[in-house]
Amino acid sequence: MDLIQSYAEELKLIRKPFTKVWVWGLVLAVFLLPLYTDQSLVYIATLVFMFTIGTMGQNLLIGFTGQISFGQAGFLAIGAFTFGHLVRMGVPWPLALVCAGLVAGVFGLLVGFPSLRLKGPYLAIATLGFGVAVYQIFANSPLLSGGRMGLTIEKLEPFWILSAEQTYFYLYFLIAGLFTLLAYNIVSSYMGRAFIAVRDNDIAAEVLGVSLTRYKLLSFAISSFYVGVQGGLLALVLGYLEPNMFTFLVTIDFLVAVIVGGLALVEGSILGAAFVVLAPQVLAEYRALVPMIYGLAIILVLIFEPLGLAGRWLKMRLYFRNWPFR
Amino acid sequence: MALLEIQDLNISFGGIQALAGVDLSVEPEEILTVIGPNGSGKTTLFNCISGVYKPTSGAVRFEGESLLGLSPDSVAQRGIARTFQNLRLFMHMTVLDNLMLGRHIKFKKNPLHAFLRVRTEELEHRAVVEELIDFLELQAWRAARISDCPYGIQKRAEMGRALALEPKLLMLDEPISGLTAEEKQETAYLITEIKGRFKPAILLVEHDLRIASALADRMVAMDNGVKIAQGSPEEVQRHPEVIRAYLGDE
Repeated sequence: MDLIQSYAEELKLIRKPFTKVWVWGLVLAVFLLPLYTDQSLVYIATLVFMFTIGTMGQNLLIGFTGQISFGQAGFLAIGAFTFGHLVRMGVPWPLALVCAGLVAGVFGLLVGFPSLRLKGPYLAIATLGFGVAVYQIFANSPLLSGGRMGLTIEKLEPFWILSAEQTYFYLYFLIAGLFTLLAYNIVSSYMGRAFIAVRDNDIAAEVLGVSLTRYKLLSFAISSFYVGVQGGLLALVLGYLEPNMFTFLVTIDFLVAVIVGGLALVEGSILGAAFVVLAPQVLAEYRALVPMIYGLAIILVLIFEPLGLAGRWLKMRLYFRNWPFR
Repeated sequence: MALLEIQDLNISFGGIQALAGVDLSVEPEEILTVIGPNGSGKTTLFNCISGVYKPTSGAVRFEGESLLGLSPDSVAQRGIARTFQNLRLFMHMTVLDNLMLGRHIKFKKNPLHAFLRVRTEELEHRAVVEELIDFLELQAWRAARISDCPYGIQKRAEMGRALALEPKLLMLDEPISGLTAEEKQETAYLITEIKGRFKPAILLVEHDLRIASALADRMVAMDNGVKIAQGSPEEVQRHPEVIRAYLGDE
């Protein structure tokens, strides 16, 4: 019997004991992943954690606030190169990571300003312009991009008894976990409610005292903070950076991850990130097919399962919760 | 002193003069009903007060301060809440969350509370909203997504959302249109209850003249963006201009 006794109880992140069991079980299973799989899978999992962060940021913006942005590659580049330059200047990497997020966040705020006037496809075009401009600036400025050789960044030393791969795995697992919690906290607060209000009905939101300026800009800033942090982590795990890593295709990756994973569902970002990282790995032999698979996946999801993989997951849970009734 | 004072309000869209020199005042705790045929500028008047439209000229003063040039969210901060003729709800949210958004201006909005899951404020406002849910008898729909609710419930929830702001001026745009006869009576009664319990001034737009005149303390009639009559409900309904506007010339 599921009886809620107080308002506070209803606000808990995980309310039911059974959910607690399987969530912690899942966390434990992922935690022990390096024990029962090989190195390559650990590395792929690391990439999924990394991609989860940016996808979550993108989902806060597109899924929750309803502002379509195609500038993600730009924020990723800004985060990555900020991180790269700071580390090369001798700033410790955790601090550089925070700075990467903050600098990307400030740029997000600036890019957010057109969103106060533009809607839908027009905003998409404006942000697309930003993404392409950032790429061009990095591609044409050796000072920023490190020139022909790119920017090399010192990788992490293996920590304690862990191998290098495992160090990255656990670090990124921790960071992705923190950002996931943060996302859950944001969307369940007054802030998340205001984001959804702006998306569902901006005029009604405004009339209720939700400042569109404030929440649109906030959403852009938080979203680009997430993406900027992913940029920093990308630089850290690859050890080098070049502008070609931040073309428009990266933006498409984010978009596919958000839509296939599930719009406006935090857990959808994790599934979407896994999809975008795994699809090219599974299809390693047929690289040319990947964009087609992406296109197909978006079409199929939008037609058959508008809430994406996470929506399917929710429906499965509902089915078993109500079983044998339907 | 009047709570809301409107003087010589004008607004035009292209060549159409939607409001032409409207004067109006709303006293505290009264119900002022605005009537008029379709397209007479009633909803435009609401939009001008709540800041959705920017009037071309004129003055709108609330508690002595001008509202002109303020964004809709600052108008809401001053204590003006409204509903919409064609429901503007947050369709993907539950009834509860829709009402909680009505409390948005009462939150201190500390971002750290959002990030770190500090929910003390949320609980306080939840208690207020739960009282409203009881008052509006929405208990059974509390956790339902509002798009799944029947029209009458949606209409009541929207009114609840406006009430959650604890407004000094509540503007209701056709609160009983589209309801069944029984629901109309209930809503009319609800409006008198709101008046008694929360004591806001209520500005009401309504087409149903029988209910409108039963509720109104004072009545204003409009036609083609011009105020044509004002006074007690009986006076306004017998006014020759009003009869002409509704029934046409002989």
